[in-house]
Order: sequence, then structure tokens, then C-alpha cells
Amino acid sequence: MGRVVSWIYLFVLYGFIFLPVAVLVLFSFQDGRLPVPPFKGPTLKWYEAVLGNGDLMAALGNSFLVALLSSGMALFLGFLAAHALSRHRLPGSVLMRGILIAPMTVSYLIIALGLLTVFNRIGLPPSLLATGIGHVIINLPLCFSILYAAMGDHQKNAERAARDLGASEAKVLWLVSAPMLVAPMLAAFFLSVTFSWDEFIIAFLLTRFDVTLPVEIWSMLRSGLSPKTNAIGSLVFLASISILIVLEFTVFRKVRK
Amino acid sequence: MTSIQTTERRKAFAFVAPALVWVLAFFVVPFAVMAAVSVSRMEGRDIVHGFFLDNYIRFFADPSLFKGLLISLEITGMVTVISVLLAYPLAWIIAMQVPARWQRLALMLAVLPFWTSYVVRSYAWLLVLGQNGVINKALMGMGLIAAPLEIASTRTASVIGFVHFFVMLLTLTIYSNLIQLSPNYARAAADLGASAFSTFRHVILPLTLPGVVTGAFLTFVLCIGDYITPQILGGNNELTLPQLIMLQLGRRGDFPMASAMSIILMAVVTLAYFACARWLKLDRV
Repeated sequence: MGRVVSWIYLFVLYGFIFLPVAVLVLFSFQDGRLPVPPFKGPTLKWYEAVLGNGDLMAALGNSFLVALLSSGMALFLGFLAAHALSRHRLPGSVLMRGILIAPMTVSYLIIALGLLTVFNRIGLPPSLLATGIGHVIINLPLCFSILYAAMGDHQKNAERAARDLGASEAKVLWLVSAPMLVAPMLAAFFLSVTFSWDEFIIAFLLTRFDVTLPVEIWSMLRSGLSPKTNAIGSLVFLASISILIVLEFTVFRKVRK
Repeated sequence: MTSIQTTERRKAFAFVAPALVWVLAFFVVPFAVMAAVSVSRMEGRDIVHGFFLDNYIRFFADPSLFKGLLISLEITGMVTVISVLLAYPLAWIIAMQVPARWQRLALMLAVLPFWTSYVVRSYAWLLVLGQNGVINKALMGMGLIAAPLEIASTRTASVIGFVHFFVMLLTLTIYSNLIQLSPNYARAAADLGASAFSTFRHVILPLTLPGVVTGAFLTFVLCIGDYITPQILGGNNELTLPQLIMLQLGRRGDFPMASAMSIILMAVVTLAYFACARWLKLDRV
């Protein structure tokens, strides 16, 4: 009896969780102007429209560029900071850790507004660069805390051995520390990429002419419901799932061990 | 202190410095500037600096602005409670009743729509809840209702969209808590004669409470600061605080007011933090 109730509950909740995605994907194949029932189709014409749409493809490219560069930067800065703070007892290290984590506790809207205010004053126009700077801010705390948590004692010993054998600090970092942290570094990097890739409000306030994909999709929504939006949404979903599956079988499996 | 230690320290500082400078320049300073702008005044199109509390006073005195905060709090409260109540049993079933080797798959499936774009997910709910949407068409097809229900562009639609997102998030956090519990606790309680319910009530629930509170706090923070979901699903009748902030920026270019409202939003989040600080384990999320 309890078991049956459990399975029914599981079934209903999965239904709720999957409903919007199922509707999204189904009506991306709609052979009609509106992505609502009844379902007519299937057709691939909306996918063609999406792939042939210059604005959308440009936004896709912009999103990739911003996500890769800002995540790379966040990872680099986070790695250096985590390395130093986990290896050395520095005066004020609690404060420094606090500052590095702080952006995590503030909503993106506030981060965006602060940056917009400052960029306006120093004359940096809304752009992909401005957005990228903002994305480093949201991802740096994430990269820092993942790597800080991953730096354990056995690495410390290996690093000390390398130093005793005469390796320079740069060599220690590049040849000893980094290779031992490949899995958490990849995890931090790809998490950052997903956050940056999907981030809306910072990109919305800090871009103007070259926009990222979520902003472009947002402006498509203004013209109402369209199967074209379903198609681009389904494509984004498919891309994220593919990345996720690859990660699941490579990186995360290692992280868990 | 020996000189070797000093050089070591200097080197270590050099490693922390770039990250620290980045956060100071692009987070701490902007925040300070925003705080300063929030106590300035708009005169025409110009911002006059000083220490004026006009914006804060206007926020609390003007019902159309203050109501935004109340609506945000109501929606966020509802979303947090409903999401926890829905997610806990789901996480519990996955952790306790689904066979171990299927658990990871069950969990991944439960959070799969997480990976659609956030904007697109709200849009997808519009397709489900809209006038000609799936739900209305289905209910009318079954003859249960004569005219379409008005769900889209209401508070209900915002809540549904939010709950969908946070059920996934909370299922993850609560599951990871449940799975860390040793089965010995439940076994010991059962040996001592506790019923299944009182085992849950007096053993499992208290042990997972920190995880639940942490998840609920995250839900609160993310939900109250979100602009997209209410903007796409909630319509224009009841504006939330983030929607009002965006309105100040967009239509009016009123940075001082937008800044003041952001500071108020942050103050609310800070209060929520202190309210549940004793249970929070943010480092373990």
C-alpha cells in the first residue's frame, strides 16, 4: 500500500516536472503558426528557421564566447586564490575568503545594477566585455569554493616534495597542483559555463547591440508565442543534455571517486 | 618571523591579489557606489549626491512601490513552503524506496528540465497554462470546464513556474542529505519500538532539518530576486520588487530609486539569513 502511494507520487511529480519540457519539444515540431494544441505536424521548418536566423546564431556565438572566456577567467583567478589560501596561513584570510564568496549571496539583479552604475560613470558602454566581467563575478565564488574544498593534504605533501626538489612556484602549480585537480577544475569550469550561458539579467542590462542568447530569446518572446521559440529552446536543451551526459561519464564519475 | 616566511607570505598574497582585486573592483566598489546613489536625488535627469533618505521614505510611503515588496514576500513564502512540501517526499522516495542502482538515474531525471534555459522554461509554462494552452484545451476537451481558465498572467502562474524550478533544486539538496544518513539511526529507533511515523518525526526529520533549511533559504534568496518568471508568467497586474526595480531603470532611468529598492531587497535577504542562520550550512550545499 505505502509502496503504491510512493510510486503514484513519484509518477505525478515526474509528470509535473516534465510537462513544460515535453510541451516545449512537442510543439517545436508544430506545423502551424502557434505552438498550442491541437498538434499538427510534424515539421522541421522551425528548426530550419532558427538555424537560418542570423541574429540568433550570432547571439549563440556571443553566448559561447562570453561563457568560455568568463569561466576560464573565473577558474584561473579562483585557482590561484584557492591555492594560496589553502597553503598559507595569511593574516586576514577569513576576511579574504569572505570577500571572495560574497557575490554568491547577492542576487544577480543587484550585481548587474551595481556594474551598470559604475560602467556608466567610467564610460564603459554596455557590451559583451561588460557582461563577461559580470559573469566572472558570479562564477568566481563558485570556482574558488569548489577548488578550495578540493585542495587536500596529500597534494600539499606532493607540492612540498616538488619544492624541495627545486621546482619553482610556477612549476609546482603547473606540473603538480593543477594535474592533481583536473576533475574539480573541469567540474568548476563547466558549472560556470552553464551558469554564464544561461544568465539573463546581467546580460540584459549590460549588453546593447551584441547580445547573448537568453537576451535574444527574450526579445523573441515580445512578439508572442511562436514554434520558433520552441525550436531554439529545444536545441538549447539538447545541447545542455549532451554536455551533461558527456560530463557524467567522464568528469563527475572521477570527482565522486 | 624568518625572512623565508615573509617571502612565502608575499608570494601567497600575490596569488590571492588578482581574484581579490577583481571582486573589489567589480563587486564591492559597485555595491558601495550603488549604496551612495541610493541616498542621492534625481533632479530632472541629473543625480544630485548627498545624504537624502527621500527614496527610502518614498518607497515605504508609496503603496504602489511598497506593495511590490509584500507581493514578492507572499509569492516567495508560498513558493518556498509548497516546494519543500513537494520535494521532501520526492527526495525521500528516491533515497529510500528506489533501488540503489537506479537512484542516480532517478535523480538526474528529476532535475533534467533544470538544463533548459531559464527564460525558455518560463515560456514553456506559458504554453502549458495559457488561454489556448495544453491545460485549458485538455480540460475543455474533457468537458470539465466551459470557458478557459485564466491562469497565465496571474500570481498562480508565477508560483507554478517557480515551484517547478525549486522542486528540482530542493529535491537535489534534500536527497543529498537523506543519503548521508546512516540507516542505523532508523534501525535503532525501530528496535526501541518507534513506529515508522515517529521514527521519521523524531529521528529522520530533525537530522535532515539543516539541509531543508539551507535549501529553503536558497529558494527564498533566488525566488525573491528573480525578474524573469514573474515578468513572463505573472502579467502586469501584480508587480514584484525586481519587476519594479527594472521599471525604475527602464522607463524612468531613475537609478537612485532602483538602487534604494535593491538595497531594500538585500536587507530582506539579510534578515532571512539571520532568521535561519543557526541551521544554515551554506558551505555544504
